[in-house]
Amino acid sequence: MTNTLHRYGNAESFSDDYVVFAIASKGKNDKDALPKLRRFLQIATEYKPVNLGEGRHGGALRPSREMSPVSHWKRDMTPDFQAVIDGLDHPTTCAAVFDNRVAAEDFVKRIKEEDLGLSINISTSIDGAEQCCHNACIPRHSVGYSLGFEGKTEKLPNTQVMMLSTMCGHGMVSHQLARKMIDWVKEGRRTPDQAVTYMSRFCSCGVFNPARAKRILEESIDGK
Amino acid sequence: MMAPAREIAMRINPDKCVACGNCTYVCPMEAIYIDPVIKRATIKRDECVECYACYNGLSQEHLNPTFVRAVRKTFAALRIRFEPEPDVCPTAAFEPDELTWPRVVRRAFSDPRVPHESTGVEGRGTEEVKTNDVSGRVQVGEVGFTIEFGRPGVGVRFREIQVMCTALAKAGVAFEKKNPVTSLMTDVPTGTLREDILNEKVMSAIVEIKVPVERTEEVIRLVWDIEKKLNTVVALGVGTRCDPDGEERVVAPILARLGYKLERAKTNIGLGRVAAAPQSAASRETVNA
Repeated sequence: MTNTLHRYGNAESFSDDYVVFAIASKGKNDKDALPKLRRFLQIATEYKPVNLGEGRHGGALRPSREMSPVSHWKRDMTPDFQAVIDGLDHPTTCAAVFDNRVAAEDFVKRIKEEDLGLSINISTSIDGAEQCCHNACIPRHSVGYSLGFEGKTEKLPNTQVMMLSTMCGHGMVSHQLARKMIDWVKEGRRTPDQAVTYMSRFCSCGVFNPARAKRILEESIDGK
Repeated sequence: MMAPAREIAMRINPDKCVACGNCTYVCPMEAIYIDPVIKRATIKRDECVECYACYNGLSQEHLNPTFVRAVRKTFAALRIRFEPEPDVCPTAAFEPDELTWPRVVRRAFSDPRVPHESTGVEGRGTEEVKTNDVSGRVQVGEVGFTIEFGRPGVGVRFREIQVMCTALAKAGVAFEKKNPVTSLMTDVPTGTLREDILNEKVMSAIVEIKVPVERTEEVIRLVWDIEKKLNTVVALGVGTRCDPDGEERVVAPILARLGYKLERAKTNIGLGRVAAAPQSAASRETVNA
């Protein structure tokens, strides 16, 4: 799952995008990983994440199987972090998304102290991850660089759409939905906050960054 | 005469669909459209990758379709735009099927909630360097490549993936054994995939290989050469070990020399460890080394 590696944008655009995730290795340390993963998520809530998620059931904003018609006028847009923690029933990848370096640094430092024994990864700009490690006095073990998109890139949409849609690396946030949300925000048909929640609900592992998405949408209004 | 068997795939129940069009925007493959003849949302079967973004991602209301159609007609006649929430199927019209081979491969590579049978891992079914501190998959002096096809939003057929696999095999690289694409090879030394899946389209798939660091540039140039022949996008990831002090001094300079401006990375911070009691599952291996 390289679902956070190939986010579109330059290093500066990741200044509000820090994904810290915990993962057990199949057959090596996944047998008793569930309570540790749950602990990882619980600790994350203390550092004010903007999203929280796990690979089986999704993030802190989820679609409803039984939506009330009244919801069209009064939709709950509050992320439910506790639902993510309570719903974790399988040792899968768990992620916490932060919109600032300090929160990510403090969280990584705390996770080191907790000594969960799980593999912990930081997905952000190279410098951002280095600073998190430096702050927690942790030497990096391995690094996976994104070399970006190649091949038939003429099939790809514009920068703003790419920046939004690639925040769900599994491709569940379609280019068309991202484009539609940019248009709706520009036309005043929805607020950036509302548009962000629509896209967040499609991300099936909770790594979509609503804070970065909101900034991108707001910048689109300003024509940046 | 017997009626032809209905194709097993994600379907939209025409009795329920009210042609609101919400689903046409959320399909990552743009495989859903409103058929102007039947006035219902319709799925282009061959373009659909069974990712379930429509079924899982859209919230579901369970309104009466006749009532919704009547309301929509009335509003249209009055030139009133009714603008419902864009992430909702008002009549819960999507009906998934129990997929069969080979179409089930589409879902395995496209719906991130379904773990790959070959690895037991969700998403694209790979651990890459994310668990390298525990698995030791990529050692000092080695480079692990993830060559991903089809993402974002383009998709890929296995026929195209095979072009890359055969070229890599010819170059004598090592395919990661515990990888969903490798598990579909009938002949790993030649990178040949199963014949019956070659035309199947998926959201994305990752080929994983490992080479000595000295071959980094050669592999990248090979990928550049092959990707020009493919009708899809390729996302390259390059994973390597850091030095004991946490610095990475070998691969980044090679990538810079090849013209890459490194913006983002996934950093394994080395806090993982193998469980005290050994587990039974096989360790990660490479084949065709």
